[in-house]
Amino acid sequence: MSLARAIAADDVAELPSRRDEAWRWSDLRGLIRVIPPASGPSDEALAPGPFANLAEAEFAVVNGRGPSGVNLAVGETRRVALRFVAAPGAGAHAGRFILALADGARCLLLESYEGRGDGYVASADLDIRLGHGARMERIVIADDTDEGVSVSSATVSLGAGAAFAQTVLTAGARRQRIETQLRHPGAGAVARLDGLYLLSAKRHADITTVVSHCGPGGATDQLTKGVVGDQARGVFQGRIVVAKGADQTDARMGHHALVLSDRAEVDAKPELEIYADDVLCAHGNTVGALDEEALFYARQRGIPEVQARAMLTEAFLAEVIDRIEDTGAREAAANWLMRRLETAGEI
Amino acid sequence: MLSVRNLSVSVDGKAILEGLDLEIPAGEVHAVMGPNGAGKSTLSYTLAGRPGYEVTAGTVTLKGEDLLALSPDDRGAKGVFLSFQYPTEIPGVPALTFIRTALNAQHRARGEAEVSAPDFLRGVRAKAAALRIEFEMLKRPLNVGFSGGEKKRMEILQMAMLAPSLAILDETDSGLDIDALRIVAEGVNAMRSPSRAMLVITHYQRLLDHIRPDRVHVLAGGRIVASGGPELAHALEREGYDKYARAAA
Repeated sequence: MSLARAIAADDVAELPSRRDEAWRWSDLRGLIRVIPPASGPSDEALAPGPFANLAEAEFAVVNGRGPSGVNLAVGETRRVALRFVAAPGAGAHAGRFILALADGARCLLLESYEGRGDGYVASADLDIRLGHGARMERIVIADDTDEGVSVSSATVSLGAGAAFAQTVLTAGARRQRIETQLRHPGAGAVARLDGLYLLSAKRHADITTVVSHCGPGGATDQLTKGVVGDQARGVFQGRIVVAKGADQTDARMGHHALVLSDRAEVDAKPELEIYADDVLCAHGNTVGALDEEALFYARQRGIPEVQARAMLTEAFLAEVIDRIEDTGAREAAANWLMRRLETAGEI
Repeated sequence: MLSVRNLSVSVDGKAILEGLDLEIPAGEVHAVMGPNGAGKSTLSYTLAGRPGYEVTAGTVTLKGEDLLALSPDDRGAKGVFLSFQYPTEIPGVPALTFIRTALNAQHRARGEAEVSAPDFLRGVRAKAAALRIEFEMLKRPLNVGFSGGEKKRMEILQMAMLAPSLAILDETDSGLDIDALRIVAEGVNAMRSPSRAMLVITHYQRLLDHIRPDRVHVLAGGRIVASGGPELAHALEREGYDKYARAAA
């Protein structure tokens, strides 16, 4: 069951529902009564995306149509922008993209979800493969609309000694899920999977990751932070599986959220499944309100309440932005966060 | 400058201050001393406008203006500064950013021009050096991982940068060793000015060896029960608070 299959078959029975454990906080079956008509092609010129001018090559998948993938040769280095666009008037569509990095290749992947329409239902499947010693930093900015439904699923496989780092930044949608399945071989490979969600109004965002450590000597580091206000709902599901024999695995997962309103909600499920003996695994999860002591301290110094709240909220989220390695991408992410904090106003 | 009349304050429905009177003229430093639980911190939080401190009677004015009607940030912009007994950690906000944000917010509230980055940096460098604060420290998140002495010096630095009309020092000596105490006291003494009133709240007399007050008040049972010159602090050190606590009870 998946959104892509439901769209292909035009059959709501294929939608994941709350009865599926992995989808219980992001029910699609109960939300989508009828699959909207298939999106047609769009001839509208694309406005610049959130990573304009940072990439050497740009691939745009508009309404599910566009290029199907890109290969990086051995040792090649490229900065790639990948845009999934739901154009105005879009209905239902599903896109796929394959990124394959040969041994030793390096890629900065600047991926964006750009919802321009209202009631679209969009699915994107990514297949990312890193050869031996290849490196990728993937930055995802999801800018969907209040009425959009969007599911992104990435499957990532790493070769020995590969390095994969990702940061997902989202402001949510009517319903939205950004899922990453990472097959980790151990063997000196390292992964960082970070996330940030900033949700207002009735928006929903679900950041789900599954990391499977299959061999010994791998490291995974995860940090997700979120802020929810109004009637928004944030979901974090993080699972790390350490298979039998995947010794000397070093895995850390953190999820921390601020809930700014009585009617907002955060659902978090961090899971460690460990079948190996000699591992270092830890997870931390906190959900709380903005620190009232810090707020009073800032106000005592003359900082107005709205500004003090925004300052403390930004500071809370900035830790995730600071971990982005590429300078240009980090600045683009910081700008996105500033804009979102301004438009979210007093969330 | 500061005029507190018949002030009564409750916290969680419990009366803490009951009919407190206090006048601090411009240019003077007054000390309020008292036993634990007398209401010293309640007084400082009430003047600063902390939520949860309910004024049930009385008035507080600063330069003739009603303070109690103002939000904490408006009071800050009007020149009320509280040096916290336990300064709060502000994760993710470098001290420099925090101080500049506060300074410019106050300037905006008063309709004054913002301070330029070079002017701000020049000012903060000089004042930090006087307080023996390494400049590198100002790039770290405010108070996060700072020692007790470092936090108190950071409070005095903020006070120096914000140049308040009313400076309230709540137990500024707590957690300080003798060297840090001297540095902090020098910083406070440098702030003495004919246009500024200072309220030093302390349990012990030792801070007052370094910051010489013009007047000393004894707070017990939620009221000022005795007032006198600096010699009153010495008498308290010798004799303790017992007779005042009994008188108040």
